[in-house]
Amino acid sequence: MQPTSHAFVENAHRALNDAQLHAALGHMKAGFQDKRAATIARMPEFEDLRDQGRAIKNHTLAHLDAYLERFEAKVTETGGRVHWAPTPAEARDAILKICQAAGARTVTKGKSMIAEEIALNEHLAANGIEPIETDLGEYIIQLRGELPSHIIAPAIHLVKEQVAESFYAHHTELDPKRPLDDARALTDEARAMLRQRFLAADVGITGANFLIAETGSTVIVTNEGNGDLTQNLPRIHIVIASIEKVVPTLEDSATILRLLARSATGQEYSAYTTFSTGPKRPGDLDGPDEFHVVILDNGRSALLGTPAQETLRCIRCGACMNHCPIYASVGGHAYGWVIPGPIGAAINPGLIGLEEAGHLPNASTFCGRCESVCPMRIPLPSIMRHWRERQHERKLSPGTVRAGLGLWAWAARRPRLYRFGTRLAAALLGRLGRRRGRLKRLPLAGGWTDWRDLPAPEGRTFQQHWAARRSGAGR
Amino acid sequence: MSAGRERILGGIRKGLGRGKLEGEALAAVEARLSAPARNLIPRRTALPTAELVDLFEKMATDVAATLRRVAGPDDVPDAVAEFLAGLNLPSEIKAAPDPRLDDIPWSKRPTLAVSHGAAADSDLTAVTAATAAIAETGTLMLASSAAAPTRLNFLPDNHIVVLRAGQVTGTYEDGWDLVRAAGALPRTVNFVTGPSRTGDIEQKIQLGAHGPRRLHIILVEDGGETGSS
Ligand code: SF4
Repeated sequence: MQPTSHAFVENAHRALNDAQLHAALGHMKAGFQDKRAATIARMPEFEDLRDQGRAIKNHTLAHLDAYLERFEAKVTETGGRVHWAPTPAEARDAILKICQAAGARTVTKGKSMIAEEIALNEHLAANGIEPIETDLGEYIIQLRGELPSHIIAPAIHLVKEQVAESFYAHHTELDPKRPLDDARALTDEARAMLRQRFLAADVGITGANFLIAETGSTVIVTNEGNGDLTQNLPRIHIVIASIEKVVPTLEDSATILRLLARSATGQEYSAYTTFSTGPKRPGDLDGPDEFHVVILDNGRSALLGTPAQETLRCIRCGACMNHCPIYASVGGHAYGWVIPGPIGAAINPGLIGLEEAGHLPNASTFCGRCESVCPMRIPLPSIMRHWRERQHERKLSPGTVRAGLGLWAWAARRPRLYRFGTRLAAALLGRLGRRRGRLKRLPLAGGWTDWRDLPAPEGRTFQQHWAARRSGAGR
Repeated sequence: MSAGRERILGGIRKGLGRGKLEGEALAAVEARLSAPARNLIPRRTALPTAELVDLFEKMATDVAATLRRVAGPDDVPDAVAEFLAGLNLPSEIKAAPDPRLDDIPWSKRPTLAVSHGAAADSDLTAVTAATAAIAETGTLMLASSAAAPTRLNFLPDNHIVVLRAGQVTGTYEDGWDLVRAAGALPRTVNFVTGPSRTGDIEQKIQLGAHGPRRLHIILVEDGGETGSS
């Protein structure tokens, strides 16, 4: 997709004024946060599992070439085919070729963030092949011509009335007076509408949560069962996955799967976890005749050996965005590209460039909740800081910020002046905010205080407090 | 070798600051792949067999599967017929052509229409055999074969799984051990935990999104060991 991350500031402003969006995002606490906390409380080994998950991925990334080669060898051995795609264009072309060779007219799709990343639907449609999203959330946003706003709940920005509106508008063969006033009726209607599409599709395209080097298997994790119907019914199954999805063994995937659903939806395990290995076997009564795996790089290999390498451990559980105060205020669309939230801020500059995504690492309060819930222990705030530093070096940050930081650095190297300056500022701000303990506006920092209040200093500086603390302790 | 392949592998090696993996490092990778080791196993399933079965039942029913225990294979036809009658569903099933279901005397229940094969769109109820059951999360492990077509697990509205008590194990790793012992990895291995569901509209969980609306497990307490797959 075409990123609009450069317009984050405008996007975010719009989102902050969108009452319907806030109503929709309001479901996140009960829907995600509370459930996650409850499930994790039932798994006393969760912290140790996180350590192991991190170790598995670190080991894999350090030997990524060898594991990918082994994965390819196993896919070939079991009758499938691997296609290597360094760029989105090469991935799109590989998939289009397979579809065209099969004479495909319709393609069903399981939810895949990589397919979004390479803008696959647009490419297929431009070449006369109709892509049909089958995940309920993806189906809804496809009808609306929108993009997913969350990596595991693509339609989280919508309320049910908006979904009903879209169904009335698109399912014109149905009685226009039918009631569609709850999630049950909407789910049933989507189920009925998509059944025929599943059965008629020539090709099924899914993503992969894991690729298993040991066996050449691809793994999908879903709750709806749409991914399984997508990959089992058509003659051809194409898997699209990025290079970092590989893990060594079935056991390694078992460990990370213990982290995934708990972190994502707060389930103990998702309803369906499916391991697919090659096309159907002799004697099989169903399953695809052809099995293809397209492996995408798109800038990921260039992150190896940099501080952003750690983002490649991500298992796309969504926990970081589910717990992010910024995401909860502006929603996923404001981030302007496929991956929103803290992980988007940490990885998108590496995938679409700092010029495009430079605002995202700044969209953080550095509260640290994302890192504290990330099952793969990705240090998201420090990776955002890394991008900010790159941005500053390359003079991509706004002039006021650069001037302000420059002034601060100049003063900070002059301790007496610094102490005087901060004392003055603290006293001044303390007086300004005395009445409510919060500052509504800060001169020269409107971008900050328009949407959040700065806690007013109490009138003394950190250094003064520290000195008082020290002398108190010495008494 | 495709050019794309070399560009990706070359890019990875460049990022990692080394050439093609060789020597000891390659040997370590080979060793990890040829003798897959278990990582940490949660204590939850360190239980005697009978309690593992109870844990499986609790975890599976917690996620809206239904489970009925029967004494032996002879009781399965009645259990199936009663499940269907209780929901006012037609007394008709499509069963997997699976030798693991051969000990079930369907003729005991003459009004139950039984056909065998892969699932078609018109089938309302599927009956399949389990490969194993994972007590840790109430998960069924269903491996495909010529006798166990995968579509039965997803297409019909109702999915009935016949599970033998001896097939209940603790963890996913136990399940993989069983599958590995039986030979080549099956084409499809489904881990199924409750019926199909979605929370995509306002995060309100609805069952029966695209897969089965209902998952019913018939646990045969005295089925003996049936082999793993
Ligand atoms: S960064 Fe961590 S929390 Fe965020 S999606 Fe990835 S794995 Fe989940």
